[in-house]
Amino acid sequence: MKRRELLAALLTPPALAALPGCAGPLPAATGTGDLGVVVERARGALALVNTSSRTLLAEVEGLGDLSHASVVFSRDGGSAFVFGRDGALTRVDLLARRIAARVVQAGNSIGGAISQDGTLVAAQNYSPGGVKVFDAKTLALVADIPAVVDGRASRVVGLADLPGQRFVFSLFDADAIWIADLSDRTRPEVTKLAGIGRQPYDALVTPDGRHYIAGLFGEDGLALVDLWDETPHARRILGGYGRGQQPLPVFKMPHLRGWSVAGRQAYLPAIGRHEVLVVDTTTWQEVGRVPVAGQPVFVMAQPDGRQVWVNFALPDYHRVQVIDTVSRQVVRTLEPGKAVLHMEFTPRGEAVWISARDANRVSVLDTRSFRTLAALDIDAPSGIFFTSRAGRIGL
Amino acid sequence: MRPVLLASLTVLASAATLAQELPETRRAQLVRMVRQDCGSCHGMRLTGGLGPALTPEALAGRPVQALAATIFHGRPGTPMPGWHTMLSEADALWIAQRLADGFPDEPARTEAAR
Repeated sequence: MKRRELLAALLTPPALAALPGCAGPLPAATGTGDLGVVVERARGALALVNTSSRTLLAEVEGLGDLSHASVVFSRDGGSAFVFGRDGALTRVDLLARRIAARVVQAGNSIGGAISQDGTLVAAQNYSPGGVKVFDAKTLALVADIPAVVDGRASRVVGLADLPGQRFVFSLFDADAIWIADLSDRTRPEVTKLAGIGRQPYDALVTPDGRHYIAGLFGEDGLALVDLWDETPHARRILGGYGRGQQPLPVFKMPHLRGWSVAGRQAYLPAIGRHEVLVVDTTTWQEVGRVPVAGQPVFVMAQPDGRQVWVNFALPDYHRVQVIDTVSRQVVRTLEPGKAVLHMEFTPRGEAVWISARDANRVSVLDTRSFRTLAALDIDAPSGIFFTSRAGRIGL
Repeated sequence: MRPVLLASLTVLASAATLAQELPETRRAQLVRMVRQDCGSCHGMRLTGGLGPALTPEALAGRPVQALAATIFHGRPGTPMPGWHTMLSEADALWIAQRLADGFPDEPARTEAAR
C-alpha cells in the first residue's frame, strides 16, 4: 500500500475502511442476498447477476474449463467458490467482482461443498480420485482424502456437507459411501460404508442434514443412509423401480441435491426412464411416479415445495415441465430455448431462472403465472447459483 | 450385431472420404454436440470426467472403426450409451476420425450473433 493510500485508509471511517481491496472511491454499500452467478462454460467465465433487478452486473473471466462447473457460497454470501472441470478451485469475490484466490488442486474435478461453519471447502475429484479439503479463506490445503479401495482410486461423486464439520461422498468405482469428519481438520476421521449398491452417480443430503441418498447407475434403486443412526449404514430404497424393463440409453446423468425434497416427499429422477419417482421421506416407500417428457436431469422443488420443476437429457432438453405436488401431475410444459441445462429459484421462489445453452439465454419466469419476466443474453449458460444457497445444508 | 456394424463401418471407412463429405452444417452440429453434450461426461475439452479422456493421446492405438462402433452402439456395463438414435454411421465415423486427429474447437460466438 502506498503512503498516500495508507493515509487515506487511516482517515476513512472504520466501517468503510473495513472493506478490503478498495482503491479509489468506495462502491455504495450493498448486501449480497440477491446476488448470483451464471456459469458461461464455453468462455470460462462467471456472469454475476442480481435476482431482484434481474440484470447482468458483471463478468468474471479466467476460470478455466467450466464444463460441469458447480458453485458454493461463503456464509456471508460474498464469495463464490467455483469448482472447474480442470481441477481448479477459484474463490470469486462477488462485491469486488474479481478472482480472490485460485488453486489448481486436481487433474479433473466435478464439484464441491462448504462446511457447516463456512471455514472449510471440499472438492470432489475424478482424477486423481478423492476429496481435498481447503481453508475457505486462503484456499490452503487442509486435508487430502484419496478414495482408494483395494489399491484402486475411485472417482468421487455426490459430495455434500453435513452438520458437524463433516462431508459425505460416494465412490463411483468402489460402490461405497464415505463420511469424513474434520473436527480435527488436519486429521480427518473417515467412516466407510461398503457395498452400498452399484455405481453411485450422484447423491443428495436432505435439507435437515439427516439423510444421504445416492442414485445408482448400475441398478434400479437408490442407497439411503440415516446419518442420525449410531452406526450409519446404507439400505436400498425404490429397489427395482424399473420393473425389469430395459432402461433407455442415458444421454446425460441426472443430478441429485437437497432441492429434491418438497414437504414430506422427495422427487427423484428415474434413471433411463421418462419418470419422476415420488418417495415418502418418513417411510422411504414409493408413493407415486409422474410420467414426464423425457429423462429427467434436474428435479427441483420450489422453496415452498408447491411445485417441482424438471428438465431433461437430450434430445428432449428444449422442454421444462412443472409438477404440481398436490395432484402430482404435470401442470405445465414450457419451451424456454434449446439445451436447457439448469434452473435456480430466487430465495423464496417467486421466480425461477432457466439457462438455455444453445439459445445463449437465461430466462426468468414467474413461478405462478409462468410468464417470462426477463431474458438475459448470456453466452452458453449452464449452471445458475444464487447466494441463498449459503444458508442451506447440502447446497 | 457388432461384427456386422463393424463391417459396415469398415466399408464406410474404406470409402475413404465419405465421412469427409458431411455437409458443413452437419459438421458444425457434430462439433457442438461433441464439445457440449459428450462434454458433460468427457469434459468440454475432452480431457475426461465420468467418461474417459478422448484426446488423441488417450485414444492412441485405438482403431477409428472401433471408436465409431462405441459411439454408435455404446459400451454395455458403463454409462456410455449408443448414439444411433441421434447419429448416422457416417456421423459416428466422422466424429471418431476427428477425435483420433485432435477434435476441432467450436467457433467462438461472434458479436454479430449476440
